[in-house]
Amino acid sequence: MAYSEKVIDHYNNPRNVGTLDKAKSNVGTGLVGAPECGDVMRLQIEVDQNNVITDAKFKTFGCGSAIASSSLATEWLKGKSIDQALEIDNMDIVEELALPPVKIHCSVLAEDAIKSAINDYRVKNGMDPIELPKSHH
Amino acid sequence: MIQLPIYLDNNATTPMDPRVLEAMLPYFNEKFGNAASRNHPFGWAAEEGVDYAREQIAKLINCSEKEIIFTSGATESNNLAIKGVFEMYAAKGNHIITATTEHKAVLDTCAHLEKLGATITYLEVKADGLIDLNELSNAITDKTILVSIMYGNNEIGVIQPMKEISAITRSKGVLLHTDATQTVGKIPVDVEADGIDLLSFTAHKMYGPKGVGALYVRRKNPRVKVTAQMDGGGHERGMRSGTLNVPGIVGFGKACEIAMQDMEKDTIRLSAMRNRLEKSLIELEEAYINGNTDHRLPHVTNISFKYVEGEGLMMAMKDLAVSSGSACTSASLEPSYVLKSLGLNDDLAHSSIRFGLGRFTTDEEIDYAIECTKKAVTKLRDMSPLWEMFKDGIDLDAVEWAEH
Ligand SMILES: Cc1ncc(COP(=O)(O)O)c(C=O)c1O
Ligand code: FES
Repeated sequence: MAYSEKVIDHYNNPRNVGTLDKAKSNVGTGLVGAPECGDVMRLQIEVDQNNVITDAKFKTFGCGSAIASSSLATEWLKGKSIDQALEIDNMDIVEELALPPVKIHCSVLAEDAIKSAINDYRVKNGMDPIELPKSHH
Repeated sequence: MIQLPIYLDNNATTPMDPRVLEAMLPYFNEKFGNAASRNHPFGWAAEEGVDYAREQIAKLINCSEKEIIFTSGATESNNLAIKGVFEMYAAKGNHIITATTEHKAVLDTCAHLEKLGATITYLEVKADGLIDLNELSNAITDKTILVSIMYGNNEIGVIQPMKEISAITRSKGVLLHTDATQTVGKIPVDVEADGIDLLSFTAHKMYGPKGVGALYVRRKNPRVKVTAQMDGGGHERGMRSGTLNVPGIVGFGKACEIAMQDMEKDTIRLSAMRNRLEKSLIELEEAYINGNTDHRLPHVTNISFKYVEGEGLMMAMKDLAVSSGSACTSASLEPSYVLKSLGLNDDLAHSSIRFGLGRFTTDEEIDYAIECTKKAVTKLRDMSPLWEMFKDGIDLDAVEWAEH
């Protein structure tokens, strides 16, 4: 199957690969997927006092579409408030990257990673975790 | 100058040898006749081409040309062998023994027969991919009519001990079929010395054309018969009807003749290149060869690069045409069942790459492949959360993963 140009661009020049200090209270970490399933995504956000995401980093074990989805997610997250970030839907990623149907679950993983990073941040800072929809896997 | 991309997927299919193409060309136009037309020169010319090919093919596996049944490929040959024996020997029994690492053309055929009343035993393989001969021996009952064990495996190249297997089937009076699709033309295959009763093979894995294959059916000691699965004009001694694919068969014959001539030379060259590739790649940390390396086809290696996922890796190796056992490459989203049969964890199966070298692979291409693969693995590991966790000394098996 041929990849879209946008997937290839993110894959070749992934934005924001890296690691934030997960011990810091203003860093939220989401680790989703499982090695046996062939995909693991770790997404991290750094949030300022106004609940705005100032930095985002990822590392992904998975196919090209999973890598591109997480790269795109980090790009979208920067500058958003955490409430805005919660609105990112996996179908937005599918559309932007022109993912074929068999790769939709790679975008679902990215959405799960965002929500899981936000929850980690919320819990660390004394807020209740938001209800996560059951994974679509 | 090397041309990109580099083809290293010769277990999927091989390019045609130019000598094969040349032999085929006249049979598309001036010798277009139907080999079954007995009463004019057009038919005779086609028949002559087919007869000659039958001899070339028979020679390569040391059988008589009367024992070669032409088919559309190894899938059909496997179907004809297994279904054909099941029907023909129904009075004797309904039990068939095969192995979990077989090609789908064997496994799905067996599954089909299960619905029709067959009992199938699927032998597990050992961690190196070889079957356990004692288990085979113990699995045979008085209802067993057929043992079907592949010769060389398409994913890992592991070669099953055919002589030992046939010693068992012979002593128990059970027929032996082997799917030798990956093996014929690569290493010496001799149906007499190996004690094989039925053997499937195909032209397109040995530098011949696609869409033509054969089933060897033994005629003496014992005389084996299969029930036709394709009814019609009674071609191929009634076992496979349908007008013969004359150009394809002529090409198949030529491919066998060349294989016989070049086998030794090809094997020496290919195994040296394969070993060099393999040695360089397992210098990488956490890289593992899958399957037995002593009993293996000379031109293939299957390596797992732990902590990177196969499809993502192949994308970084885009100048190399290879294949992976990763789930992400398969429509079913399941990792390779062959690798799982070896007892590999799913994560290692996801991380596997198969390199299949061929007659036209060059040393320069192998140099490039080594360089490119090493770079890709390093790039992907720098992006892999699992690699980072491994480097931090975290036991990944102890992590509670969020998914599933
Ligand atoms: C072991 C094995 N058996 C059978 C087949 C099917 O062969 P064909 O493509 O000629 O039907 C293949 C090829 O994919 C194979 O590798
Ligand atoms: S991570 Fe497996 S298909 Fe994308």
